[in-house]
Amino acid sequence: MLIRFIAVALIVVLFWLGTRRMRMIPGRGQSLLEMAVGFVQSNIAEGALGKVDGKRFMPILVSMFFMVLAMNLTGIVPGLNLAGTSVIGVPLVLALVAYVAFIYAGIKKQGVGFFKTSLFPSGVPWYLYIIVTPIEFLSTFILRPVTLALRLLMNMVAGHMLLVLCFSATHFFLFTAGGLFGLFSIGTLAFGFIFTIFELLVAVLQAYVFTFLTAVYIQLALVEEH
Amino acid sequence: MHSALLAAAGEGEVINPLLPANYDIVWSAVCFAIILFFFWKKFLPALTKTLDARADAIEGGIKKAEIAQAEAAAALEQYKTQLAEGRAEAAKIREQARLEGTAIVNELKEQATIEAARITVNAQATIEAERQAALVSLRTEVGSMAIDLASGVIGQSLSDDKKSSALVDQFLADLEASEKAKAKK
Repeated sequence: MLIRFIAVALIVVLFWLGTRRMRMIPGRGQSLLEMAVGFVQSNIAEGALGKVDGKRFMPILVSMFFMVLAMNLTGIVPGLNLAGTSVIGVPLVLALVAYVAFIYAGIKKQGVGFFKTSLFPSGVPWYLYIIVTPIEFLSTFILRPVTLALRLLMNMVAGHMLLVLCFSATHFFLFTAGGLFGLFSIGTLAFGFIFTIFELLVAVLQAYVFTFLTAVYIQLALVEEH
Repeated sequence: MHSALLAAAGEGEVINPLLPANYDIVWSAVCFAIILFFFWKKFLPALTKTLDARADAIEGGIKKAEIAQAEAAAALEQYKTQLAEGRAEAAKIREQARLEGTAIVNELKEQATIEAARITVNAQATIEAERQAALVSLRTEVGSMAIDLASGVIGQSLSDDKKSSALVDQFLADLEASEKAKAKK
């Protein structure tokens, strides 16, 4: 939990400092910050939802993105070494937020008709609803949040495992096994290094994927027919 | 990881391994709530405000530049028109001046010609008059001198006026005739 609080504090402090003195002509820090938020805004929110709805759901999406990103990155910070998202709590909570968000968006837009359009897609012969409706129900209302949460969780757990494996192997070869086995430690350390870089990529990518999928789900709930 | 560990540790208790520990969920939710609150109420409005202000500034700048450009174009157009007008006017004035100049020159020439003609006529008249006067006085003087001379030569007074004037006329006619013959030569 401590790791998560550190991540939260980091986000809040960083953005607090970044947005405290906003200027018309941005400095380096402000440009960087604007770029990060602008990435979420243009690529995720407006990319999937369009300008108007993108603005509506921007707070949720941007919070999601930076929370996942920060907690992913704790996995490769020395001293923290554990991704905040590699315990089920955070992914589950965020998936629930996404779940609530897209159902809210659908109901707000189409009323109860939202469930009809998502469970009984138009243009399908009535007898196929026997098959289609359970599938739609399963995929939309059960599998979406589960996959969201599990995808993030498993990615981070796997990354954590890999790093643990590499670094503990290095430690073992270097100090416990000794002798010629020490040479192995070079290889395992190199792998550890590579996977650390890889984790950096995965951290950003998973944050992007999680947020983008949420945006897409909201968008799917907003369209009348699909 | 914690939940898994806890699940492993509390084997005796009835813990559903699929349900994560309460604290995990609760505190994650708290984390998200904090982040969401700050982004929603503080960071995003600040960012949006700045971005909007910047967009406005850029738009305003562009608009201002456009207006300035339009003004400059208008001014240029005006100057060009004025310049053309000025040129046309200058040409007109020049033309007029030239015409006037020509007229003045012509007038002056005419006046000069007239003046010259008058002067010539006057001079001629004077000359003629003087010549006549000279002729008359010469004739009289030459006549009297000739008579005096002749009186001396022939010793007789040519007091008879009728005779003497006939003689003088005769003489002068001869003189003129001879002069004319000389001039012809």
